[in-house]
Amino acid sequence: MSESSDYSSARGLVVLGLATMLGLLFIGCSTEPREIILASTTSTEDSGLFERLLPAFREAHPGYRVRVIAVGSGEALRLAARGDADAVLAHSPGAEEEFMAAGHGESRQPVMYNDFVIVGPPAGSARHCALESAAAALACIAADSATFISRGDDSGTHARERRLWDLAGIEADGEWYLEAGQGMGAVLMMASEMDAYTLTDRGTYLSLRERLHLSVLVEGDPILRNQYSVIVVRDAAELEGARTFADWITSEPAQSLIGAFGTERFGRRLFTPNAGQTSQELKIEN
Amino acid sequence: MDVLVDAARQALALLLSGDPYLWGIIARSLQVSGSAVALGLLVGIPIGTWLGLTRFPGRGIAVALVNTGLALPPVVVGLFVYLLLSRQGPFGELGWLYTTSAMIAAQVVLAAPYVAAITLAAVQAVPPELRLQARALGAGRWQALLLHLREARLSLMAAVAAGFGAVISEVGAVMMVGGNVHGETRVITTAIVLETRRGQFATAMALGLILLAIAFAANAFITRVQQAAPRRRRPLTS
Repeated sequence: MSESSDYSSARGLVVLGLATMLGLLFIGCSTEPREIILASTTSTEDSGLFERLLPAFREAHPGYRVRVIAVGSGEALRLAARGDADAVLAHSPGAEEEFMAAGHGESRQPVMYNDFVIVGPPAGSARHCALESAAAALACIAADSATFISRGDDSGTHARERRLWDLAGIEADGEWYLEAGQGMGAVLMMASEMDAYTLTDRGTYLSLRERLHLSVLVEGDPILRNQYSVIVVRDAAELEGARTFADWITSEPAQSLIGAFGTERFGRRLFTPNAGQTSQELKIEN
Repeated sequence: MDVLVDAARQALALLLSGDPYLWGIIARSLQVSGSAVALGLLVGIPIGTWLGLTRFPGRGIAVALVNTGLALPPVVVGLFVYLLLSRQGPFGELGWLYTTSAMIAAQVVLAAPYVAAITLAAVQAVPPELRLQARALGAGRWQALLLHLREARLSLMAAVAAGFGAVISEVGAVMMVGGNVHGETRVITTAIVLETRRGQFATAMALGLILLAIAFAANAFITRVQQAAPRRRRPLTS
């Protein structure tokens, strides 16, 4: 008799324990912010922009937390197409249009732009080149067989670089052309160590400049403009959160944060906010 | 599941078609890790033998250091080798950074402790009477030492396999000091990282299968040696 009562009291304890755990789980769920997975580019991550933006987003929307997965633009879009991300911040217009055409995206809005620059060793052989256009400079680098390091990772920067070689009418191939298959920061460090040229977004270059033996070779060519857009993924697991984030990053407070970012540290802005610009206006400027 | 099956099927097709990109990467991996283990033997065997056969104050610390070497994180080794070989570093003049030389250097640091630790265990396992007997029978000091190492040779081969298995599958150090340059310093592990990121799952899977096969071969060999060793020893000690 006493045995069975022991047994039932033990069972009571187990039930009580389980109930407590379940209760704690529910409390945990209600206070835990919901997670938005943002697939973004290595260039925005390396520039430090998210460290400025995300705390402000958290303040405006305490119910959400953004987890940034920093990969190349190509991979960011592929992740999203597989449903592994809720929102995308990318800078590869061609790939983004394909993504939208395939029906993977719910909306796509411009957020900001910066520009690409071609950088290289301050006393490198390509310094004599005619630098009126990015394509001409690349042609000159190729003619000199000066070492050029390509991202080689299907990122937005890599896509732009390939377009520039096309424009220059050059098949980039040979001993002098290296494909690194790594992020922007790693490629800049490599270029610096190897006295090589590379195409980079200005933000990553400026944020690493003190550690690099590289200076700007070409800038200002309209083809070097780098437009970032935010995409809400149609099949997002956290669709409401993704919409909230896209609305926020294109709103006035976030846009002014973007416009101010970098002015203290580099004496100039790294990104120019341009949310609300129509695709028509973007096309004309490109 | 479909993604996995598709990738595996395409991976096999790629391997069988003799894809030059794939096989070039595999050959480079074997070359880099093979060279690293060969150099690791030159460093590890003398250290292991010395620690196994001599007694001196501080030997315990030295043995502990060798065993710690087994758990060296590749990224930390990569960081140190990077700083040593970078242009501002003491060996920047060599111009090794982002070449296979830098990758071999990093992997030697990772492989040598394996060789040293297994050599140490192996020479200690050989009964000391063997060497004393050999000396008594008129063998010179070096002859006796060689005989000792000969008895431990199976374990030394296991050391080679263990070191090789460890370095061929590490990704942190070779990525940092090699740079994953296409056709120059891209090896199996760094290529798997890149191809997965690019969504080229078949290529990544093909390389993964090869890496698994290499790791399996290395470990099968070690297991065989370990199973065979006790049987060989019995007549010696009796």
